[in-house]
Amino acid sequence: MTQQRLETSSEALCNRTAHLSRRTLLGAGVGGPMMSALASRLAWADEKGLNDPAKPRNVILLWLEGGPSQLETFDPHPGGRIGGEVKAIPTSAKGVEISDLLPQTAEQMHLTSLVRSVTSKEGDHQRALYNVKTGYRPDPTLKHPSIGAVLCHVDDRGADIPRNVSIVPGNSPGRGGYLGAKFDAFKVNDPAGRVSDVKRPVADPRYDQRLEDLWTLESEFRRGRLKNLDLDRTLHETATKSALTMMSSDQLDAFDVSQESKATLDAFGDSRFGRGCLAASRLIEVGVRCVEVTLGGWDSHVTNHSLQSSACETLDPALASLLKRLEEREMLDSTLLICGGEFGRTPTMNPADGRDHWPHGFSTLMAGCGIRRGAVFGATASDPKMDSDRPLDDVSDVTTVADIHATALSVLGVEHDFEEDTPIGRPLKRSEGTPITDIMA
Amino acid sequence: MNSAKKVIGATIRWAWFGLLLTLAFAYLAAGLSRSGVARVKPVSDRNPPDTQLAESVDAASQEVPSGSLALDATLVALPASIKPAVENINRLRQENLAQHELPSAGQADWMTICRRISLALIGNGLSLEEIRQLERVPEAMRVRVHLNRLLVDSRYHNYWGERWTRFLVGTEGGQFVVYRRRRFRIWLTEIFSANKPYDQMVDDLITAEGLWTDKPQVNFLTATFDSNDGQADPIRLAARTSRAFLGLRIDCLQCHNDFLGNVNLGDVAEPREGMQTDFHQLAAFFTSAKTSGLQGVREGDVDYEYKYLDADEEVSVEPAVPFYPELLPADGTPRQRLAAWVTHPDNRQAARAAVSHVWALMFGQAMGEAVDNLPIDEKMDPTIESLADDFVDSGFNIRRLIRLIALSEAFGVDSRADFEVTPEHERQSAVFPLVRLRSEQVAGSIIQAARIKKTDRESSLILQLQTFGDTNDFVTRYGDMGEEELTSDNVTITQRLMMMNGRLVRELIKSNPVLNATSHINMFAGDDADVVKIVFLCVLNRYPTDAEGELFTQRLGEANNRENAIEDLYWVLLNSSELAWNH
Repeated sequence: MTQQRLETSSEALCNRTAHLSRRTLLGAGVGGPMMSALASRLAWADEKGLNDPAKPRNVILLWLEGGPSQLETFDPHPGGRIGGEVKAIPTSAKGVEISDLLPQTAEQMHLTSLVRSVTSKEGDHQRALYNVKTGYRPDPTLKHPSIGAVLCHVDDRGADIPRNVSIVPGNSPGRGGYLGAKFDAFKVNDPAGRVSDVKRPVADPRYDQRLEDLWTLESEFRRGRLKNLDLDRTLHETATKSALTMMSSDQLDAFDVSQESKATLDAFGDSRFGRGCLAASRLIEVGVRCVEVTLGGWDSHVTNHSLQSSACETLDPALASLLKRLEEREMLDSTLLICGGEFGRTPTMNPADGRDHWPHGFSTLMAGCGIRRGAVFGATASDPKMDSDRPLDDVSDVTTVADIHATALSVLGVEHDFEEDTPIGRPLKRSEGTPITDIMA
Repeated sequence: MNSAKKVIGATIRWAWFGLLLTLAFAYLAAGLSRSGVARVKPVSDRNPPDTQLAESVDAASQEVPSGSLALDATLVALPASIKPAVENINRLRQENLAQHELPSAGQADWMTICRRISLALIGNGLSLEEIRQLERVPEAMRVRVHLNRLLVDSRYHNYWGERWTRFLVGTEGGQFVVYRRRRFRIWLTEIFSANKPYDQMVDDLITAEGLWTDKPQVNFLTATFDSNDGQADPIRLAARTSRAFLGLRIDCLQCHNDFLGNVNLGDVAEPREGMQTDFHQLAAFFTSAKTSGLQGVREGDVDYEYKYLDADEEVSVEPAVPFYPELLPADGTPRQRLAAWVTHPDNRQAARAAVSHVWALMFGQAMGEAVDNLPIDEKMDPTIESLADDFVDSGFNIRRLIRLIALSEAFGVDSRADFEVTPEHERQSAVFPLVRLRSEQVAGSIIQAARIKKTDRESSLILQLQTFGDTNDFVTRYGDMGEEELTSDNVTITQRLMMMNGRLVRELIKSNPVLNATSHINMFAGDDADVVKIVFLCVLNRYPTDAEGELFTQRLGEANNRENAIEDLYWVLLNSSELAWNH
């Protein structure tokens, strides 16, 4: 109950320049040898601007829709009865191995933390998708907001263009839920060119005339109705003017990755997802607060290896290049990257050489914004007992989808257990999970 | 001898084969439709449904001028009992306004009311063709003629079939695949086409048995299979039944007693807090629905055990209802008993829930907070109570309920007034509430606005295909609220961009002499003033004000290209608040 919406005025926040900085202490050499691990982390965070309240924090969600197999991506168990055809390869993070289907990502794993013990109670795509995107299980009485919506609600800084964007949206782009549709993600398709519907369909003089006549018509509609009709009810003119601002904003170019060099485009991969990841980076740079990029093709009930390999071919260059770019541009300090899907896949193969839905131990990758580098949390058994009554016996350091949300909100500077008022009159925590401190710097 | 043995052997083998075939057929056929199963029927003395309007009619039918009007008398006629029922709910509204000391706005003009009826029943505004037909009818009859026409129009049956499908099974995918959902929707469409009594529809849903292909109503149960290993999920069905048929949200009772005071159950006069047992006892009724391979859903025994919060072990849960226990019949299968209880004429809560839902579909929003949150111990609006009385007395006649609402003062009152309008005026029906159109209503309205004739199944195949494809694409991108479609939502930048610059609007207003009204109006309308009037009728279903007429006539006169000017006028009207809101 302590944190309200973040004030944009810096006066409302602690002025860090008035304090003795930890970095100054380090430089003076008074604390170096005695510096605790925590203080070292704080100093690192301070240097990186992570503790700078003036620097907005942002989130990129790489959404792997359909249920990526943990065994073919970030949690391989080669050679055993569940391993399938993948091999494990070493990565740039000491002691961490991932699937050989992700060789480029392996070289960037020192920037990330892996959580290999995520669990949920949802095994159906739609319900699990809702669960992972909102942190809550579906509830017929209430629609919960996605992380991007929560972030934009708490902190209203950002761009002329919409601050919550979903690129190549799949079945369910991030929604505002009970926070309102104004926090819904703005949906765009392949960013190979300009955003759809932002170009005036007729010449400027004609378009301006149309708008002038529209305002005339609107004034007639307001007659005899609510006093502040637009602000208190329709938001029609407000949204129209926002759309016009966006249409004329230079920031709109951030959507258009064709302006990047061929080498950069090639590095991210010639795919909608690759271009989406590149656009995500560009959008964050101009002030967008949350970007979600969707990659489908993971639902491998048949020929698992083939489907997972194909999806990994698209994921690998895009994810690796995005991590590299965020690091090179020092954006990883203030940008949280999350990569995962709605659940994992069964350790055992079905008769069609496929893997089915498995919410009892799957992987989520996180990086940036105060997430530890090169860490792994949790593990799944290489020779699981698969006791249907006790599936979590095969998972160490069990975490939940809600814990992932609590962690993400925490590192984004959003109080995860703050209780929001909801339309059903019941205060509800932003997340009912517990932050995974082991992966937080 | 040998040949005789062969013959006997062959005969025996074929006999066995035939017997096996017969048994297999009998097994399969047992899962198909059955006839004439005696059921508990709570309503013994039904009023005749008013699908045939030629029955007793009021004096209005005598007013129909003869000769010049090719007007079927049944389109003007109303059951004689409608008039006093409407007068009664109008009186209640006036008393309520007097109690709140609120003035009422005047009644809206006929075209505005007809637009509201069209949006509610078919999901789009009127076509120019419909307006012109109505203008040939005496003004006092136009609303009722339009209403009667739409109630027998397949557009209404299809539109309400989809709306109720969302309400009853939601829009989530899961194992409830497209084809099953389509079967379910068609079944509901037929319900509205035949004006089958509401209580029979509910009974069919709760007691459904058989194969989902043969008995589409079974899909009310199969929609929950994905969360219960291929069996009907009693938890989800209890929650759905409670919300859809009882107007109560008791989902929280699944996990714990109601310690927040949100759900009161038990004795309606002296309610108690909702208990976890209330939820699971309701769920227990649905455990009798067993899936039996090729036979589909069959009735079996109740088989439900649950470990309540803080309990040490699971206990057997017997079916019971959360209130009005005296209305639960002792005889019948578990689901038949539940259906009989839900549809019992004395189950006031169920009638209130049904009326509230139909009211919300007509107005685009619930009268109160929501259609599925009507506490049993809270007094409902007198209008809903009166409509609930009439609904039960009329034998749960949905069309009659629609008529009562559509012909009431609350539905016909203007949305603007000569006094300062406040949200309180809207809440108390002193003015018609402004309600944002849903995505499918916006799509339907702009597609209809771009045609002179109404778009329905008698339209050309090309037009139907185009309409279907365009509507789906538009609704997906514009934002589909799913089963929450009766909750309010804000306009988004995406939506405004789609309307201002998007493909659908561009395609519908550009020059196209075959399909688009812009070209037809340019070719066939008289002077510029006529063009402006026709465009306003097509898009906003009203004539322009004098100032608007003058402004846009001037625009057309100044234009170098009249077709472009008509296109611009269309764009302005399609992008207005007036198009995007029900008013």
